[in-house]
Amino acid sequence: MLTGPALAISAVLFTLGVTGVLLRRNAIVIFMCVELMLNAVNLTFVALAQGLGLGGQVFVFFVMAVAAAEAAVGLAIILAVYRHKQSVSLQNMNLLKDG
Amino acid sequence: MGAGLLCITRKSPVASALWLVVTLFSLAALFVLLDAQFIAALQVLVYAGAIMVLFLFVIMLLNLGRPGPSDITGPWGLALAVGLAVVLLVELRVLWSAPASAAQLPPGTVAAIQQQQGMVGAVANPLFDAYLVPFEIASVLLLAAIVGAVVLAKRKL
Amino acid sequence: MTGTAVDLIWLAPALALLGFLLNGTLALTRPAAKTLVSVIGVGVLAGAFVVAVLVFRALTGLHPDEPLIFRYWSWIPVGTLQLDFAFQVDQLSAVMLMVVTGVGSLIHLFSVGYMKDDPGYARYFAYLNLFVFFMLVLVLGASFPVMFVGWEGVGLCSYLLIGFWFSEAANANAGRKAFIMNRIGDFGFMIAMFMIFRATGSLDFDTVFLHAPTALVARGSTVTAITLFLFLGCTGKSAQIPLYTWLPDAMAGPTPVSALIHAATMVTAGVYLVARCNLLFAMAPVSSAVVAGVGAVTALFAATIALKQWDIKKVLAYSTISQLGYMFLGVGTGAISAGIFHLATHAFFKALLFLGSGSVIFAMHRAYHHTHAHDDAQDMRNMGGLARHMPWTATLMWIATLAIAGVPPLAGFFSKDEILTAAFARGGAEPAWLVFWALGLVAALLTAFYMTRLMIYTFHGPNRSGEDARAHLHEAPWIMTGPLVVLGVLSAAGGLLNVPKLYHGGAWLEHWLEPVGKAGAALLPEPQLSTNTEWLLVAIAVAVATVGIVGAWRLLKPESLVPASKAPEERGFARVLRNKWYVDEIYDALIVRPLVWLSREVLWKRIDQRVIDGGAVNGAARGARALGWANRWLQTGQVGMYVAIFVVGVLLLLWRAMS
Repeated sequence: MLTGPALAISAVLFTLGVTGVLLRRNAIVIFMCVELMLNAVNLTFVALAQGLGLGGQVFVFFVMAVAAAEAAVGLAIILAVYRHKQSVSLQNMNLLKDG
Repeated sequence: MGAGLLCITRKSPVASALWLVVTLFSLAALFVLLDAQFIAALQVLVYAGAIMVLFLFVIMLLNLGRPGPSDITGPWGLALAVGLAVVLLVELRVLWSAPASAAQLPPGTVAAIQQQQGMVGAVANPLFDAYLVPFEIASVLLLAAIVGAVVLAKRKL
Repeated sequence: MTGTAVDLIWLAPALALLGFLLNGTLALTRPAAKTLVSVIGVGVLAGAFVVAVLVFRALTGLHPDEPLIFRYWSWIPVGTLQLDFAFQVDQLSAVMLMVVTGVGSLIHLFSVGYMKDDPGYARYFAYLNLFVFFMLVLVLGASFPVMFVGWEGVGLCSYLLIGFWFSEAANANAGRKAFIMNRIGDFGFMIAMFMIFRATGSLDFDTVFLHAPTALVARGSTVTAITLFLFLGCTGKSAQIPLYTWLPDAMAGPTPVSALIHAATMVTAGVYLVARCNLLFAMAPVSSAVVAGVGAVTALFAATIALKQWDIKKVLAYSTISQLGYMFLGVGTGAISAGIFHLATHAFFKALLFLGSGSVIFAMHRAYHHTHAHDDAQDMRNMGGLARHMPWTATLMWIATLAIAGVPPLAGFFSKDEILTAAFARGGAEPAWLVFWALGLVAALLTAFYMTRLMIYTFHGPNRSGEDARAHLHEAPWIMTGPLVVLGVLSAAGGLLNVPKLYHGGAWLEHWLEPVGKAGAALLPEPQLSTNTEWLLVAIAVAVATVGIVGAWRLLKPESLVPASKAPEERGFARVLRNKWYVDEIYDALIVRPLVWLSREVLWKRIDQRVIDGGAVNGAARGARALGWANRWLQTGQVGMYVAIFVVGVLLLLWRAMS
């Protein structure tokens, strides 16, 4: 019964997350926006699980597990980068730049 | 939604983190309304409880708590935001006018299962049944993540 | 195969090739070993001549009706074309074989003396041997492509030998001109070969001539086109109008080369081709008329030019062109034995004339060498009265002159007369041939005239070489005069080869060549002339020759000649003749200059430089660099930008997936 609005909310949240990823410069904030996106997706899954079967909820389970793993590793990377560059601003992370 | 918007626009990383927590709690509430109580509980426990705490740990560790200058990139960013907004509106339109999917189980099936096996059982049974392999792989993944995080964050290998 | 000496036929070209290889090696390693080179060079030719004689004798014993074919290996087996490298021995190729090796040996012998002091001695003999090899491949080839190999090969050797003294730009240019004009003719030959293959499905002579009556429509457009293209090749190789201008320039080469290649053998290849393909030409009367007509016109045209040339070799060059015209008149009329007869006799007396002039030039060179003069040793205006100093040469050259003029009973009389008679006879059925006969007759008059002029200016009258030079003029050494004697005998007695029935002769050559020409002869009208008419024609020919000789003797005054360096310029019509009717200049303006302009302006500057170099090559480089430069902007290293692009990409994919 709430499926329609839930999907709409999910879409909005996802777009917000994408906007945040593109517009923020702080690496950690960007990460949080990624988490936001993942949650939006989780909402979609759960919303549709009512009509299409419990596989949706199981999948949410997996998404959360993966998100946790990814958060841990990502933050560890940011820590390592911070040690080298003393900054987490995305502008300074340009080692891939063409000489 | 409001919390989400606020999350992405705060200057201080800590503020953003806290608003994200609020967002997560709201989502958990939504889950409950969608008959996924177990998932809601998981959301609060794992996401809001563990992952956000981890975020806050790292923010504090790197001493980034203080609000810095606004770091939303300039005019390009505005253009991009507008573009994405347009995309979003299109999405919503599509969603509104799209008919309900055909392959739907008869209403009440899920509820019946949940009645039978209990909340947790409804999720757990498929987990160890049809989705066993992904389950095992996920555990390996978590192991790899732990090891990786430790290795990456060490000062000296 | 036949169990007779004919099987040895491969030995003749093989010996020549061996000579080339040995002399070539010597030229590269020990060019000073002149005795060895002479022995090899002359030896292989003598050996080839012996083989030729043996083959000829064996052939007379065999009397084959069909040619004897010797296949050596499978050369081009492609689809429907099964071509072998094969030699064909029949009456026609046997005659050519004898002429090439016989006259060739004499000329090789002459060269030993003539080229004695030349540093390129070994190279000269190497090229000369190579030429004989290719010429033999040409006359012995059993199919069009094998003949073509020889055809091209002699063209190559001609180029090498004309430009033998290549350090002079004029010589190199002459060689180049010869090769290029030959090439134009070769193009015609190749087109003809393609058409023949398309019509008859084969390129072997025997198969083609077997299928020709059924595969080709007589008087049809295909066979006419084939024969006309073949004749185009002949005009190039045998220096007829319009591709003759290379031959006078070819006199830049050593004189024995002029004798061998541009008198006796290579230039006769075209006549041989027409004789070999007489069946095809008989099936295309239009082409036969073209052949005969071009031959007759060329004969007259070249004779007019020879009237006013001062270089002794140029006179002989135009004379050769003119006599080749006679040969084509003969084979074009269908009288292939007449044409081949004239080919043989012409080889004798023209080689004698060239070699004789070689002796003269040799003597003049030596005289000028002693006096350190820089006058032209080949200009007749510097000669005169040489009979006193070089009696043998003078006498022998007089024999040749009388032969070429057609004075009986020397060789030239019989051969030339037979051609003219044949032309007149066919004129009874087709009036065009009467015109050709008339042209030939006038040319005969001019021939007698200019040859006598040559003899008078060179050997008689007062000497204009100057006091000091005169003291050093004397006869050439015997190694050079010896071959002249042999050729003199042949020029005198060569008529015996084919004395016509009119004089109760056996017409041996005509009978000998009958099997070769019978297919073609069957298609031609068999005109008969009454005996009275024939005697009348003979009388006219002799009268014409006599008028020419006597006229020259009376009209020309060698006393009024002045040495070349002081000679006045020609005026009026004489000037036109002296400058060869300005044909070279016309060709240059009409063909050469536009082609050069086209190559330089259009093809080089516009297409090669701009389009290919600028557009394609440089353009590719510029494009690559531009692409690289564009890509640089993408590699900012900014993660944010990468993510943005990533998102855009995903959106695009989604959009595609949904629409």
